[in-house]
Amino acid sequence: MSIKIDDKNFYDHVDQELKDTFMRNAISNAQDNLRGKKIAATTEDEPFGNWEEWRNAGEEIRRHTLENLDYYLQQLSENIAERGGHVFFAATAEEANQYIKEVVEQKNARNVVKTKSMVTEEISLNEMLEDMGCDILETDLGEYILQIDDDRPSHFVAPSLHKNKEQIRDTYREKIAYDGTEKPEELTVYTRKVLREKFLQADVGITGCNFAVADSGTVTLVTNEGNANMVTTLPDTQISVMGMERVVPSWEDLDVLVSLLCRSAVGQHLSTYVTAVSPDVESDTVDAPSDFHLVILDGGRSRALGTEFQEALHCIRCAACVNVCPVYRHIGGHAYGSIYQGPIGAVLSPILAGYEEYQELPFASSLCGACTEACPVKIPLHELLIRHRERIVAGEGKTKASEKLMMKGFGNMTSSASVFQTAVKAAPTLTRPFAKDGSISKGPGPLKAWTNKRDFPAPSKDNFRQWFADHKRGGDINE
Amino acid sequence: MKVSLFLTCIGEVFYPNVGKDVVKVLERLGCEVDFPEGQTCCGQPAYNSGYRKDAIKGAKQMINAFAGAAYVVAPSGSCVAMVHEYPALLQDDAYWLDKARELSNKTYEFTQFLVDVLQVTDVGAVYPAKATYHSSCHMNRLLGVKEAPKQLLQHVEGLELEPLSNGYDCCGFGGTFAVKMSAISEQMVDEKVRHIEETNADTLIGADCSCLMNIKGRLERLDKPIEVKHIAEVLNHHK
Ligand code: SF4
Repeated sequence: MSIKIDDKNFYDHVDQELKDTFMRNAISNAQDNLRGKKIAATTEDEPFGNWEEWRNAGEEIRRHTLENLDYYLQQLSENIAERGGHVFFAATAEEANQYIKEVVEQKNARNVVKTKSMVTEEISLNEMLEDMGCDILETDLGEYILQIDDDRPSHFVAPSLHKNKEQIRDTYREKIAYDGTEKPEELTVYTRKVLREKFLQADVGITGCNFAVADSGTVTLVTNEGNANMVTTLPDTQISVMGMERVVPSWEDLDVLVSLLCRSAVGQHLSTYVTAVSPDVESDTVDAPSDFHLVILDGGRSRALGTEFQEALHCIRCAACVNVCPVYRHIGGHAYGSIYQGPIGAVLSPILAGYEEYQELPFASSLCGACTEACPVKIPLHELLIRHRERIVAGEGKTKASEKLMMKGFGNMTSSASVFQTAVKAAPTLTRPFAKDGSISKGPGPLKAWTNKRDFPAPSKDNFRQWFADHKRGGDINE
Repeated sequence: MKVSLFLTCIGEVFYPNVGKDVVKVLERLGCEVDFPEGQTCCGQPAYNSGYRKDAIKGAKQMINAFAGAAYVVAPSGSCVAMVHEYPALLQDDAYWLDKARELSNKTYEFTQFLVDVLQVTDVGAVYPAKATYHSSCHMNRLLGVKEAPKQLLQHVEGLELEPLSNGYDCCGFGGTFAVKMSAISEQMVDEKVRHIEETNADTLIGADCSCLMNIKGRLERLDKPIEVKHIAEVLNHHK
């Protein structure tokens, strides 16, 4: 059980995805569209005020919460218990699944409806439930499409972004006896009918959690389809699963984070639904679940606490970083081999699953900083990628000995003016055999990868230092 | 005003002409330019690849080389951003931290220096061309220098400046990224080339030799007749 989506290695994924023209078009269109909307929502909306101030507030809330995580998790769990709910702290995916399994068994449940959850993807909950013989239904449209096609998400906010409507129609025809067209409205209406029937039969509802409000003991879900409302109100038993970092101190803090989330994710001021659920056993309300469980998962997150990676846990999963990432733009979400994609995926996946599995991801970035600039809670994503690289180089992953040697040589060269000068002077001579008309088009060694696709400039025979000395002496006065 | 030029390793090895143009523009504006001999490279290739210790070696060399400078100016936003990273790099060493801060505070990217310190936006350049400007990621985002190069270019006589769409996207250079992840880098530079072509510009101007090296290399390989110029070359063109 893990965040891994398959057994392919990163470079094979990249090769395959780069050939997928449809996927790449879909993603670049979606990126252009989403980032355009985000910019509009964050710069042109006067009453909203200054976006940078909102970001500062968001960062501050996340920092404060993570620095006091023990306190807020305890407060959250006490409040939920007080209202009659059960809280389970799971150290691992296995523990989380075991707990959920017991609840489902106790209820003799067969039909499970689910909504809005990356974290249950992370622990492969569906597979576990299927093995138990349960019928599980993903109720978000995007997730539902992936479920029936046995596929994995490629984007946090639009999980089936990589599929087009014709592909979806074909899947529907093959898997759920659909005989309509590829029109999105028709597909949606059909899906809704299928879902409605299942909602009424459901014994257990399972949700993720965008934010859990500590001082009231409430799980909140931000959605646009409203299925979360069905999942949390129709079945009597509800299980919510959250990563342990998803807690916020109060409703005021939630307000700030939801505002940042919706604008950053899709450029909306607010999503269509913000569903809030608390167990409410005592007062016997009609829509609160009578049996409520909250599973709080560590799943490797605590490895980041107190380290240079703690800020990665500030993430509110808005995908703004994904939407601006030029690497994601070309390779898509599946290439990351993790259910967490893009820049935050490259930071988070090695933390959660180790360098053995994800050692290429921190290098899959040109460090352009677009992600850091986009992040509404100011996570320094590109810097965290460098921190990963440092750890990998320091021995937590495999680094080529030749590369280490080269960098050592580089360090020595930059720390000695004379060695550096000797190298500068030798460069044109050393590269002369490869150069033609000032360019190298077939380079040796490390230049090979570069010159496969691009010319490389030949080092200049002109020596700047010589020129500068002459210039100072007035030698080039007429130049 | 006394200014010390930091040409950067890429500048010294590949683009000495850019160094010459920077010197001449600064001198025309009344600066007295020197070139500290001890300078090497800012250490960014090592730092970005995860070789922190090797980067620290270079940083100390640079700090010593520019110890006597009043202002340090480099024709590369990316290398200046790296110098600004020195205090973080040397944060555990009080002695070097002070010196790192001092260097970082007096180091400017070329166009930033012209506009922010010398307060000049018109350097009297003349450059008849239809051009588009590529803004480099590190200069634009890490250093926060967005407007200065454009302000300077707007005052160049004869220069017609076309906007570059998706200009905020990286060109795919990223130091060792271009080699380690060359397949992805290629797609990124290709997209950049497409956008440059769409402008119908005959010249691409940038303020960072490394990005220009990447884009020019691809333009050449694809046989696209588009001139690639560092902004210093354009600004040093005058009557
Ligand atoms: S890292 Fe920042 S931008 Fe990326 S998903 Fe998380 S909160 Fe959003």
